Amino acid sequence: MDTEVLVAGFLAASVRVATPLLLAATGETITERSGVINLGLEGMMLAGALAATLGATAWGPWSGVTCAIGAGMLLAAVFALLAVGARADQIITGTAITLAAVGLTGTIYRQAYGAGGAGLSIPTLTSIAIPGLSQIPVLGPALFDQPAPTYLALLAMPLVWWVLFRTRLGLALRATGEGAVMARAAGVRTNLIRTGATVIGGGFAGLAGASLVLAQVGSFAEGMTAGRGYVAIAIVVLGRWHPGGIALGALLFGVATALQFLLQTLGLDTPYQLFLMLPYLLTLLALAGAVGRVRAPADLGR
Amino acid sequence: MRAIGWAVAAVALGLAVLFVGLEAAGFDAVAGLGALWMGAFGSWDAFTSSTLVRAVPLILIGLGISVAFRGGALNIGAEGQFYAGAIAATWAGLHLAGQPGPVAVGALLLAAAVAGLCWVALPVWLKLRFGVIEVISTLLLNFVALSLVSFMVQGPLQERSRIYPQSEAIAEAARLPMLTGSRLHAGLVLALAGGLVLWFLFARTLWGFRLRAVGMGPRAAEVSGRIDSQRVSAMALLISGAIAGVAGGVEVSGVSYALFQNLSPGYGFTGIAVALLGGLHPIGVVIAGILFGALEAGAGAMQREAGIPAVAVYVVEAVVIIVALLATVPRGGWISLRAVVRKRIAPGKAAG
Repeated sequence: MDTEVLVAGFLAASVRVATPLLLAATGETITERSGVINLGLEGMMLAGALAATLGATAWGPWSGVTCAIGAGMLLAAVFALLAVGARADQIITGTAITLAAVGLTGTIYRQAYGAGGAGLSIPTLTSIAIPGLSQIPVLGPALFDQPAPTYLALLAMPLVWWVLFRTRLGLALRATGEGAVMARAAGVRTNLIRTGATVIGGGFAGLAGASLVLAQVGSFAEGMTAGRGYVAIAIVVLGRWHPGGIALGALLFGVATALQFLLQTLGLDTPYQLFLMLPYLLTLLALAGAVGRVRAPADLGR
Repeated sequence: MRAIGWAVAAVALGLAVLFVGLEAAGFDAVAGLGALWMGAFGSWDAFTSSTLVRAVPLILIGLGISVAFRGGALNIGAEGQFYAGAIAATWAGLHLAGQPGPVAVGALLLAAAVAGLCWVALPVWLKLRFGVIEVISTLLLNFVALSLVSFMVQGPLQERSRIYPQSEAIAEAARLPMLTGSRLHAGLVLALAGGLVLWFLFARTLWGFRLRAVGMGPRAAEVSGRIDSQRVSAMALLISGAIAGVAGGVEVSGVSYALFQNLSPGYGFTGIAVALLGGLHPIGVVIAGILFGALEAGAGAMQREAGIPAVAVYVVEAVVIIVALLATVPRGGWISLRAVVRKRIAPGKAAG
């Protein structure tokens, strides 16, 4: 077998799997930098996935993307109302939001498509090859011949970095996350910032759900996010709350998943489940400080 | 009494949301809720074979989580600890043929408890040694546990014929005895006894007092009570993991008799709702566990009889969690719900 084709395919698969994770993790980075940990991310991705399916079926794939972002933001607004507005415990509120999203999406999906679910085909986002760049051997197809969400994720990364670390808004946001009381004393409207950061994070999670349906899987299934929202939270930790770091973290999870596919395709009798554990264990190691120093925003979760 | 009022309000609101939502979505909500009731409480068999069988793991996990939450430790990893217990219980159950029943069941449950304890020991160690918050570490280990189960049922623990991803059935001796003519097993007795023991520990022992002191305010407990709050929190997490592990063992020993993927329909997460609705009080947790068992049992009937997706009850669970949570929120957000409620309902206590 041609090794170069195999490696290029493997890398392309890794990036495809990593895209929704990167999108969700980018949003969660903004949210967590403001001091809010959003465990409802899983539910927001799921809501985004269903909204993308319904929107794309009715009006085409890009409407699906818009609906998904809207659904994620709406659910995040509910979360913010409870966790920021009423100061309910963030962890438990997030768990409840995810639970509600699982119930709602399952019910709406069955109502819309019947008990069988139907292997319906929906209009998807196809790959867009960037002229020139996609011709680069091995790396080209992986990075420059992907559906639009991958490019959105790659563009969002420097943009989020710039806003967080080079603007007054970013400074106020980080100050809110490090010490809300002090930030408030300095004139920052902390509750507004936290609410905004949460809703934007929810929009990213919705987009991630859309990417999962429209650019990766091609159809909706109940509970299809299968823990990816929680994985995104792990990636934020692994990437040390930094846009560049989380890109590497997302890629790591993508590689682990793609490796599992590859091993199964090659028919090798390896316990692929053990590969799936690796990124989680690595994240734990990162938390323990073994992979460089990790420090969470001081007011995270408070 | 106030706590009970909130709990009743939470459940009522949850069911009301379900009713309105189903009507809005075009389902026959009356038939749906009727089927839910019949599936959960409609007959003695429905109550014992469906409701109580599902209530047992929920009560056990809810009790475990309430120990952790009381000690100020947020254990989100009960799902993983449940599976760790289930794996160990299956392994033990396969090797216990020929032993007398009580010995076999005891050994199986001990294995499950130890496994659950070990599964949470890593987050505890990471917390004590490196200050890693347990929310993230316990959550991450859920996914490791899921992969481990998947590995086990396709690897070391797979049935001899190697067709399905599941284990062989455990030895007869290691199975929990049945209580009535139904599918209800002795795990219920264990869950109720666990509730009583915890009630005694919480209400009548120094340990229970320390646990609460640490949960209420670790700094205050350290300064004024000379309590080692780190240690108390760590103990609470370990105990909560062991109890969740036992829940996994009981499920294998009393219901499934074998290990397979999706053994738990999210009991570890529903257990959080059970603990909160029960107000972290053991008796409350038992009642909340039965209630949620009824919801899950009724959900199946609702799907069969009225064509309403069973997952719809998750919305009820979510509303219950949120209302139970809002009953205990601190002040300081832009909506001070608690202050509003206090002013309206009990103006005299507004200052407290």
